[in-house]
Amino acid sequence: MQNIKILTAGDSSLLVEFGSEISPQINQKIAATVKLMHEQNIEGVVDVIPAFCSLLINYDPRVIRYEQMKKRIEGILKVDVRTGAQTKKIFEIPVLYGGEYGPDLPYIAEHAGLTQEEVIKIHSSSDYLIYMLGFLPGFCYLGGLDERIHTPRLANPRLKIPAGSVGIGGSQTGIYPLDSPGGWQLMGMTPVKTYDPARETPILVQVGEYIRFVPIDEAEYKRIAELVDRGEYECPVRREEA
Amino acid sequence: MGIRIIKAGMMTTVQDLGRTGYQSQGFPVAGVMDVRSFKIANLLLDNPENEAVLEFTLIGPTLEFTADTLIAITGGDFQPTINGEPAPMYTAIYINKGDVLKFSSARTGSRGYVAFSSYLKIPVVMGSRCTNMKSSIGGFKGRKLQDGDYIEFRIKRRYLPFFLSRTLDLDEFDQEDATLRVVMGPQDYLFSKQGIDTFLNSEYKVTSDFDRMGCRLEGPFISRKEDKDMISDGIAFGSIQVPAHGKPIILLADRQTTGGYPKIATVASVDIPKLVQRKTDHSIRFKAISVEEAQRLYLAELEELNEMRKKIHRPCKEVLECRQTAKRLRRLFEAQM
Repeated sequence: MQNIKILTAGDSSLLVEFGSEISPQINQKIAATVKLMHEQNIEGVVDVIPAFCSLLINYDPRVIRYEQMKKRIEGILKVDVRTGAQTKKIFEIPVLYGGEYGPDLPYIAEHAGLTQEEVIKIHSSSDYLIYMLGFLPGFCYLGGLDERIHTPRLANPRLKIPAGSVGIGGSQTGIYPLDSPGGWQLMGMTPVKTYDPARETPILVQVGEYIRFVPIDEAEYKRIAELVDRGEYECPVRREEA
Repeated sequence: MGIRIIKAGMMTTVQDLGRTGYQSQGFPVAGVMDVRSFKIANLLLDNPENEAVLEFTLIGPTLEFTADTLIAITGGDFQPTINGEPAPMYTAIYINKGDVLKFSSARTGSRGYVAFSSYLKIPVVMGSRCTNMKSSIGGFKGRKLQDGDYIEFRIKRRYLPFFLSRTLDLDEFDQEDATLRVVMGPQDYLFSKQGIDTFLNSEYKVTSDFDRMGCRLEGPFISRKEDKDMISDGIAFGSIQVPAHGKPIILLADRQTTGGYPKIATVASVDIPKLVQRKTDHSIRFKAISVEEAQRLYLAELEELNEMRKKIHRPCKEVLECRQTAKRLRRLFEAQM
């Protein structure tokens, strides 16, 4: 971990960059660092926000200054931690791909030099690890997108993307839990709500679980959407040994 | 007993210092845009530092009081009136049951604040009373206020010591141009030297894409070393991200918790109020300072707020003059006797 950088993010935050690629190893290192930070309970730390390859640490400069904070973090980064294996919990998320539901699917296919059907097949045949939640309540950042369908973000983000949209942004794929602005290429929509404030657990999934996209047709989409509206839909879950 | 919202104005929400501690699950911090004006409003009433207030944007609300209370108005000048008479800003004001407080459009600044000595009866959700409209949680029913809404008070409180001293002479937002001090980073290393020069030496204009989430600026193109998307990371209040279109977007209170565009710099906490009180077409310049300097400024501002607190806890000039006159008269009488 020689490439770890501690960067300033204003007068009340630090950003620790662990690298510039999405990897389960980096993710584990970050998870371990978060755990240590919680254990050490550094006075003045307001929030610790893990991401794919970084950790944003918000702190209160009244309590701890930049140099002291940096030293504490450097100390924590030196500790070596390992984590164990677990069972995979996989949420099977139904997706209606293409057409008006996925306006950027033609572009994604063209960029990849594949047909739309091939893009759908590739996208729906991996289990994606949930690396982090962020950007919006319950928005999952998923790892493991096939390189063949990596697609750059839009140069100018859209002002409104509807909830349930499934898209690709660079080397990442995911679901928009709420209507939101965003720069991802949209390939389809799911009727499942990954975030629902009215539900007992507003956020459907957790970091460390997996998502699998399952292609559906329009009739099935409408059937599930109705069940979701009535609060009667339960997302299928598969369990596998890791 | 509380306040009835006769007219909600353009964008009026219940806010405090924000919902901290949940950014890691994707919940935006939200909270007030102009922390300084917010703190001064509560300070004038001896309220707790994080007591909820109303924040309004560009066109303010009209409120009717159904109980006696005290209020303080800060931020931009929305030409407030009480029962048609001009009301002072940055001053503790007695309010009687039945009074109507009306705000117009913002003459200076773009965001106003009103704090109440009787505290708004708003449930605490995940440690905060602030409204997060994006996730429809907190504040008044998770949304901005509408005509006819009614918010109760939590307590009866209408006595403040040194009442006549509770006024501050501040006119904070009367100028059109602002220089924002910034701390470079976290991803300034992704920009070319020319890009950073452009950023620090150009004038940018505030566009109409300016809300609680962020402020898009128009101006010279900021170039990167290479045109490559980075991987999303957490975002701080005041982060300046530069997407491929090369124009800065400053992320504010309702910002998303993480984002994937490189962030060239972060606005110093003390200068965020200057930014959020701008209007469309106002100009902005950036000046780089060290993180130590930004923290020194932050602590100096807290000290300044402390001084304000001390000032409003001393007898005012008018009261002191009366006392001195009385003392002189007494001496006069004593001398005669």
